[in-house]
Amino acid sequence: MTTRKSAKKPNVSADELKAYYRDMLLIRRFEEKAGQLYGMGLIGGFCHLYIGQEAVVVGLEAAAEEGDKRITTYRDHGHMLACGMDPKGVMAELTGREGGYSRGKGGSMHMFSTEKDFYGGHGIVGANVPLGAGLAFADKYLENNRVTFTYFGDGAANQGQVYETFNMAALWDLPVVFVIENNQYAMGTSQQRSTSSPDIYHRGEAFGIPGDMVDGMDVLAVKEAGDKAVAHCRAGKGPYILEIKTYRYRGHSMSDPAKYRTREEVQKMREEKDAIEHVRDLLLSGKHATEDDLKAIDKEIKGIVSDAADFSKDSAEPAEAELWTDIYTDIAPQNA
Amino acid sequence: MATEILMPALSPTMEEGTLAKWLVKEGDEVSSGDIIAEIETDKATMEFEAVDEGTIGKILIEEGAEGVKVNTPIAVLLEEGESADDIDSATSNAPAPQADTASESDAADSAPKAAPATAKAPDAPKPDQSPDWPEGTETKKQTVREAINAAIAEEMRGDQTVFIMGEEVAEYEGAYKITQGLLDEFGAKRVIDTPITEHGFAGIGVGASWGGLRPIVEFMTWNFAMQAIDQIINSAAKTLYMSGGQMGSPIVFRGPNGAAARVGAQHSQDYAAWYAQVPGLKVVQPYSAADAKGLLKSAIRDPNPVVFLENEILYGKSFEVPVLDDFTIPFGKARIARDGSDVTIVSFGIGMTYALEAAEKLAEDGIDAEVIDLRTLRPMDHDTVIASVMKTNRCVTVEEGWPVASIGNHISAVLMERAFDYLDAPVINCTGKDVPMPYAANLEKLALTSTDEVIEAVRKVTYR
Repeated sequence: MTTRKSAKKPNVSADELKAYYRDMLLIRRFEEKAGQLYGMGLIGGFCHLYIGQEAVVVGLEAAAEEGDKRITTYRDHGHMLACGMDPKGVMAELTGREGGYSRGKGGSMHMFSTEKDFYGGHGIVGANVPLGAGLAFADKYLENNRVTFTYFGDGAANQGQVYETFNMAALWDLPVVFVIENNQYAMGTSQQRSTSSPDIYHRGEAFGIPGDMVDGMDVLAVKEAGDKAVAHCRAGKGPYILEIKTYRYRGHSMSDPAKYRTREEVQKMREEKDAIEHVRDLLLSGKHATEDDLKAIDKEIKGIVSDAADFSKDSAEPAEAELWTDIYTDIAPQNA
Repeated sequence: MATEILMPALSPTMEEGTLAKWLVKEGDEVSSGDIIAEIETDKATMEFEAVDEGTIGKILIEEGAEGVKVNTPIAVLLEEGESADDIDSATSNAPAPQADTASESDAADSAPKAAPATAKAPDAPKPDQSPDWPEGTETKKQTVREAINAAIAEEMRGDQTVFIMGEEVAEYEGAYKITQGLLDEFGAKRVIDTPITEHGFAGIGVGASWGGLRPIVEFMTWNFAMQAIDQIINSAAKTLYMSGGQMGSPIVFRGPNGAAARVGAQHSQDYAAWYAQVPGLKVVQPYSAADAKGLLKSAIRDPNPVVFLENEILYGKSFEVPVLDDFTIPFGKARIARDGSDVTIVSFGIGMTYALEAAEKLAEDGIDAEVIDLRTLRPMDHDTVIASVMKTNRCVTVEEGWPVASIGNHISAVLMERAFDYLDAPVINCTGKDVPMPYAANLEKLALTSTDEVIEAVRKVTYR
């Protein structure tokens, strides 16, 4: 199978293109700000930035319907912004404040929003894959025609539980899209050094799960692939695999010097393949937007990110009593 | 407005670093993402990127400078239209927040909520010792197996979101026949045979609990659940906390636990102490059929994840079970299985077999033992144990698990803290031996605790 590329003249409206541009730019600017706040010591611990991979979540969110679910690993800021979670709540969780989505008790890797059907934010590589299939299991059981997007990386794709899950998802026709965000490095180990066969999208074949490889630097190609996968799931045909080739510009986490790849390699991706620049070119060359239009979007995003940063600094640290809350609940959950 | 570029923290532990190299000079234009400097942290040399776009107005720290504290201004960035003359106005505006880096000692300090030592011995607690069912209720003989089966069936009848999954639970009707008849009654949608894939189906169960269902995940034995322990602890137990209370995991993990008979080291482990240590889990280890039924029904209804530790040897044992439409037992309430005044024997699960046998034999010698069945290990009913020890002044604990960091160790610590002045002898923990389980019949017997060991321990603490 060849890499799917969107057609030269995409069948997409100006408004859609502008929305993709805006949503991707929000993630990038947010992540740059998060990196800055980390540098200032306002964000602690681990912080994994999504810069470079924006087209993956923005393209797939465009393929999702209201009520569809998503779950991912620890590089999760982009997913939360793309599904409509409040940047203020996300940034305040990064700074460990009471205004954060988990009231400061989760951190960068552990945020959730039942309101937006975002089920985390998981720190154990591969563990969110059966969890995502479990959400899909519930949807099938409750017959509500929902689809779950289960995101993981090329590194997680080597975990055994991923294949345990592929087997059961196929066996039980679970409506789950397995999204492998292949950014080509599992922390510092390149795919060539960790993976016996490079085409991860083939790995469902043993279970009868179809898979496509997608250009993850092209938001339109991602959206198109997402539409196809979602239609497959919603038709009751079981799971689908999308291996989305992408690239992270920053290190694995903030403390990663990224010596395992050359500066030229990163620079080349940025200059030649950048997903945001690609949409920007489409907007300008197709006369869907003027430079001034885009400047206005830039300005709006800058304001949102700046407000989120301010909120994340001004929000108080959680009260000490919070240490002892949310260990058990008395409240029965509502059926989703 | 001109902005200061600050010395960044580039690792969770960095406090200062070396500005190894500038990759830009004054007057250079930069845009966000451009690498502007190389900085040596405590761990590595890192590339430092610009966040904002603008012109490098002034470099404040020369390259090669060592020991530059985090958040020290290292350069000034000018926006479009600004000149280097604007620099002075910027320098005092930038905030230099001091991060609260939580040290390990902070975390350790906050963990135990220890009460300060007081001179006065504490009053005896007044635990709830109401009976589990009203006096006069009809009872019938039932095995633990039948009681567990009935609990599952009753809860599945009452709530369509309850389902059971596991290896051989449906068509085979359970490796230990716990799920007999369930497939017939509830169908394949709700009684689900899984492949042999504990890690995977435990995770699917937890995900399903987040999606609005109430899964019962059967492990053929708890030994196999070690394949799945990450999902039980990291996913089921911690998510409510990590989500700030948004998402609980209403799920029951159940199956036989501990030694059976002659099945060797990998199939003979008691996980009571392991799971009882985990905040976010509830942990049950019943002994009698009535407890198994009442507690399992409570477990299935509980909005939190419950680890339910059964025992293969007890499955076939019969007990009186109340004939009631809806019989439940609350968590955190121990049962006084035998009243006594000379010594308190605390146990749970199959350990109760030894505890009760020992008590009967000791009675023949005039030693009157009180026997407490903890029933739930998290939450644990400390009060009933303490009230009893304040009366008897002596305590022996009994369990089949290993001795290090055992449930008995925990109870000893609680008694030290809350009933020290009442103890007339050191607490003795009867446990399994500190060895993997051997296969040979004689060695296996030695590896487990026994009625004789309990009797000997009681004689020691009563000096008789």
